[in-house]
Amino acid sequence: MAAVQGGMVDEKEEVDIKTEPQSDGLMNTNATDGRQLSPSPSSSSSAGSTKSAAGAPEDQQTLLAVLQFLRKNKLTESVEILRREAGLPEDALDTKGADCSAPSSGGTAGGVDGLDAGSLLSRVAVSSSAGTPAPTKAVADDQPDVSVVLSAYSQQGDPALYKVYYSDLKKFIESVLDCHRAELSQVFYPLFVHMYLELVYNNHESEAKAFFEKFSGDQECYYEDDLRVLSSLTKKEHMRGNETLLDFRTSKFVLRISRDSYQLLKRHLQERQNNQIWNIIQEHLYIDIFDGMPRSKSQIDAMSGSLAGEAKREANKAKVYYGLLKEPEIEVPLDDEDEEAENEEGKPKKKKPKKDSMGSKSKKQDPNAPLQNRIPLPELKDSDKLDKIMYMKESTKRIRLGRENLPSICFYTFLNAYQGLTAVDFTDDSSLIAGGFADSTVRVWSVTPKKLRKVKSAADLNLIDKESDDVLERIMDEKTASESKILYGHSGPVYGISFSPDRNYLLSCSEDGTVRLWSLLTFTCLVGYKGHNYPVWDTQFSPYGYYFVSGGHDRVARLWATDHYQPLRIFAGHLADVTCTRFHPNSNYVVTGSSDRTIRLWDVLTGNCVRIFTGHKGPIHTLAFSPNGKFLASGATDGRVLLWDIGHGLMVSELKGHTDTVYALRFSRDGEILASGSMDNTVRLWDAAKAFDDLETDDFTAATGHIHLQDNSQELLLGTYMSKSTPVVHLHFTRRNLLLAAGSYAA
Amino acid sequence: MAEREERRFAQVSRESVALMAESAGVELGEEMAAVLAEDVCYRLREAAQSCSQFMKHAKRKKLTVEDFNRALRWSNVEAVCGYGAQDALPFRSGKEGELFFVDDREINLIELALATNIPKGCAETMVRVNVAYLDGKGGVELQGAVPTAVQSLSDDLLKYYQQITRAILGDDPHLMKVALLDLQSNSKIAALLPYFVYVISGVKSVSHDLEQLNRLLHMVRSLVQNPYLYLGSYVRSLVSSVMYCILEPLAASINPLNDHWTLRDYAALLLSNIFWTHGDLVSGLYHQILLSLQKVLSDPVRPLCSHYGAVVGLHALGWKAVEKVLFPHLPAYWANLQAVLDDYSVSNAQVKADGHKVYGAILVAVERLLKMKALSLSHPGEWCFNAQTGSLAAAVGYSSPGLSPPPESLSEAAFGIASHLQAGSGGCPWEEWAPVSLPAMYLELYSFFGDSLAVRFSTGPGLDSPPYCPSALLREPKKEALGQGSNSDTARKMPQLTANLSISPRRDGSPRTDPPPPSLAAAGPGRSLPRSSSAQRSRYSSSRSAQRLTGLPRDVFPKARFASPQNGPPTFSFVIGGRQMGQRCQGRRPFQTVFAPTPPPAAVPPRAYAHKLPVIGRVGKPVRRWTCSHYSLLLPL
Repeated sequence: MAAVQGGMVDEKEEVDIKTEPQSDGLMNTNATDGRQLSPSPSSSSSAGSTKSAAGAPEDQQTLLAVLQFLRKNKLTESVEILRREAGLPEDALDTKGADCSAPSSGGTAGGVDGLDAGSLLSRVAVSSSAGTPAPTKAVADDQPDVSVVLSAYSQQGDPALYKVYYSDLKKFIESVLDCHRAELSQVFYPLFVHMYLELVYNNHESEAKAFFEKFSGDQECYYEDDLRVLSSLTKKEHMRGNETLLDFRTSKFVLRISRDSYQLLKRHLQERQNNQIWNIIQEHLYIDIFDGMPRSKSQIDAMSGSLAGEAKREANKAKVYYGLLKEPEIEVPLDDEDEEAENEEGKPKKKKPKKDSMGSKSKKQDPNAPLQNRIPLPELKDSDKLDKIMYMKESTKRIRLGRENLPSICFYTFLNAYQGLTAVDFTDDSSLIAGGFADSTVRVWSVTPKKLRKVKSAADLNLIDKESDDVLERIMDEKTASESKILYGHSGPVYGISFSPDRNYLLSCSEDGTVRLWSLLTFTCLVGYKGHNYPVWDTQFSPYGYYFVSGGHDRVARLWATDHYQPLRIFAGHLADVTCTRFHPNSNYVVTGSSDRTIRLWDVLTGNCVRIFTGHKGPIHTLAFSPNGKFLASGATDGRVLLWDIGHGLMVSELKGHTDTVYALRFSRDGEILASGSMDNTVRLWDAAKAFDDLETDDFTAATGHIHLQDNSQELLLGTYMSKSTPVVHLHFTRRNLLLAAGSYAA
Repeated sequence: MAEREERRFAQVSRESVALMAESAGVELGEEMAAVLAEDVCYRLREAAQSCSQFMKHAKRKKLTVEDFNRALRWSNVEAVCGYGAQDALPFRSGKEGELFFVDDREINLIELALATNIPKGCAETMVRVNVAYLDGKGGVELQGAVPTAVQSLSDDLLKYYQQITRAILGDDPHLMKVALLDLQSNSKIAALLPYFVYVISGVKSVSHDLEQLNRLLHMVRSLVQNPYLYLGSYVRSLVSSVMYCILEPLAASINPLNDHWTLRDYAALLLSNIFWTHGDLVSGLYHQILLSLQKVLSDPVRPLCSHYGAVVGLHALGWKAVEKVLFPHLPAYWANLQAVLDDYSVSNAQVKADGHKVYGAILVAVERLLKMKALSLSHPGEWCFNAQTGSLAAAVGYSSPGLSPPPESLSEAAFGIASHLQAGSGGCPWEEWAPVSLPAMYLELYSFFGDSLAVRFSTGPGLDSPPYCPSALLREPKKEALGQGSNSDTARKMPQLTANLSISPRRDGSPRTDPPPPSLAAAGPGRSLPRSSSAQRSRYSSSRSAQRLTGLPRDVFPKARFASPQNGPPTFSFVIGGRQMGQRCQGRRPFQTVFAPTPPPAAVPPRAYAHKLPVIGRVGKPVRRWTCSHYSLLLPL
């Protein structure tokens, strides 16, 4: 397909577009005959780096192209003659072939290129017809390959004028009315990046640097990280293989601007004949125009910061069934008088069947809940029912938390974790704790006096009486009892672990690109799920078991079922690594956080992205749903915790206080308190109930998505609790609302 | 090229590239080297960018070589080996100044291979849990933790602190004395109090060293006696340190040659001292102390030296404490002690010796109890109050007039304590102890100690002066101290006595049938240990019972005379029965039946079953474990 496209492009270019002589692209990867493109000894640099290598690069380029052409047409004698005359070494031919395929950065990048080829083609055509100033370098070359993606940058104005254009716009925006200025200032950053990249792409290195020097200081501080990446990039060949830039080019930067402001900008650019900037805006920016009052600076700042701008309003329009599923009705034996009988739930001797208040509450269907069978869920086993009963009993003893009634905190400290603790998880009933370590191991500890035991060997299992009541006890091998077990199998740091709700399985994901499923009965690995070919950053079981989600460096999240070795869904859309993944309490949705600084909510049924939340200024490292499924909390490297209303797709609150990356978030069982744990060795408690109560979701806000946040972090902060030089990696509320925190002591 | 602007990034100069190429045997043109250098710089930055991702996901703040190698590996570049060490590698410049290199130490492989001190593997990775915050409030304070406000100390104070601690814990006894004296009188050391308290709480770490323990106790005494110090809540910490010395089976007591007994005595004295002088600073301290003493006493698993500590501790706290805790517990405890004392095997010798110690201590304690009780009965009201038990009475909340006749208030108070101390062990004798009148008490005690008790009484209030004068009371401690030696003698002989007598249990069974005076006559010579004071003793003991019958609390001892003859026989039969420790219960029951008319009947049966009293400390055990939960993963959730 790509070859065909390449051909089409060739024709087109020959007809009307003057492309860069050095541009090469897809053809390289497909032309297996191995062309000699560059005499450059640098093997890792891409094929386009000829220009600075030889004295007369363009001539040589031409020669190469001709050679290429001849070879393609099997005119080997002519090739030989021409090559000898030109004095080109032969051996370079073959190495080139290998090099060409190497730098094309993985399957994803290639795929993106291929997909975009078509659309970008038309864009090129459009833009050239829109009256682009003639390229300064008119090179008549029948270069057979086109870097389709990069070609979007091929048209350009006078590099010296870039500064003028930009500062002209800057002057204009600074002169407009205050209400418009904040909105129009949003244009600066994407414009700046695109103009810089265009300069770099067109080999105006010194101009690019000067441009960067002059205007990088004007950008918002939260773009600092991106600017650092940009500034290290000064050559066209660097752009190839740089994923950040690929993202930037392939996606349109989204801005929300009021109609008035937009008209103002448009008029100005047309008056000034500032086509350069106008083109960029047309091609690379997506301007979401709304009617009404322009937004204020704080409103804009709250929502901006992501790699691709804000979310389009349409993106958050889909209905989300955030309600909880109806709980199956289980007769809960309530025996108030004897607390000791807790352990013998299984024997319903003197239990008087009585409807629990919880059960009656969930009897009426939540209007916002999805259909019970929207996602097929595994059936409840007897043991699950027992666990549910246990859960309800525990929850009757739950401490009601609130502003006046803060939870006690227990800290689980990992000692002697020289190998590096990278992930922690607790079972829901807080009976087991597991740690993932950088030395590829997963360790499981029992938190209760009950030791961890393996199931007996098959031979021994044959001997036991299968009819006996305590068969589940008999299958366990007492000899293997120990406080902790180590699971070996990964070949890289374990970045995420998750217990299954029934406590029979454990998931772990690792840098080695696999997700592994472990049995907690045999303490062996059952399955290795291979799909992410890059490090997998996070994984989590569905609250109902069976399904799990994983996300990694390949920028997609995958939905799996434990009995399928291939993913059921692939959630693609993030522009950078998927750093954390969480299941919605009703198991119908999956939320992912990414280092592109956006959060996306995906529908498990359709695989569609139904929400995009922007506002974080750094990679998102943790997410947590409120127990009622209505709200979402997210924590990022910027140390801020943001609260989101899923139904309306709005930011609800911004919790400032942490001074370092927030790695752990957890709502209390009633959703009253939000606990956040951070690299800054503190646990902070926030009044989530108040944050959600204060929420005023009038129709206007809901319709426009323009939130107005008051800075009430200090009011909502209920407490800051220091650990003893132990970064908080994980938080967990027990069923009775005791807060457990975990981390490894940093000696 | 504007290289200047890129200063903040990794830089590889073209010269370096050329040099490296040369070392690899490749000739590079100037231009080529420049291009290469720039590309290398870019790749370096790129790798640095991506390796930070691995750091972030590993939840670290420190970028490691491993992170960098991972980044290289994922971009298909060979990893750089040999720099994985955790320590920072020193980067040095060569002599010429232009050359920089990583210092590479030479390792002698032979030495390494033949090394005998094989390094131990690092400790096992584990998880420990501790309750960090309770109900969202403040850190759970560690006992005796040093406050963080170290910087608030002036240099002088710090120096003083160092000198004092060094002197006290050092080798020079003279210096120590000076230091202790100063600590006792210095008025400007309030700021250092927490530190001294912290030092003192170090008793737990020197339990093997009697000398150090002694010094620390001396330090406590000095602090307590310093009139300028307000101890405040540090009293609690001090008390816990002192209690440690009293009660714990110290490591030093493993060696029988170590005189840890004296240490315990001293600590007990100190405890009472702290309590009398500073007991009001911490509410409920008295109860807490009593509780822990009782817990130790009722725990049969504890070694005898701990029991000894508990007894001397109670003794030091005053006769009220003895009456309240030791006396009701005695029947239950006695069986254990007797078992120890009756074991004549060689292996038991040491334990037996310890048992005698405990025996002696109990004897001293109960003797004083009897004396003081008698005293308080004979001199009710203000005398008793100001003379001795004043502060105790105040602390416990007794009203002084309530002491002489046991009125409602007293018994109620006692009940309150009892229920507090032993939560849930129903039918406990605690509520019963209050009504035990002096004669009953004496008789009961006599059932345990027999002659030795009487002996001591005969030596004590030998003079017949009916009312005790305060001066006599003040002499009291000295007498006790003197009596200690002789007491232990008698105590040692005591078991022999009972052993001899235990041949004739029949007597216990039928005490009433025994004719009164002949039985005494028969018993007297029958005893293997004739005593000069036996007559006197018997006179006293019978006087007690007589007293009891008359029911006149005012004149217990002084007016004691042989009463009506029909009362004699029970008395003597009881004496014999009491000696037979093995059948203690049987020995007592007849006695009770005889005296049934006199004491309130309800009071008697519970006492008879006192030995069935559950081990009291046990109820508190799980709670204790809960507080120490950070030692294990277990946490009730």
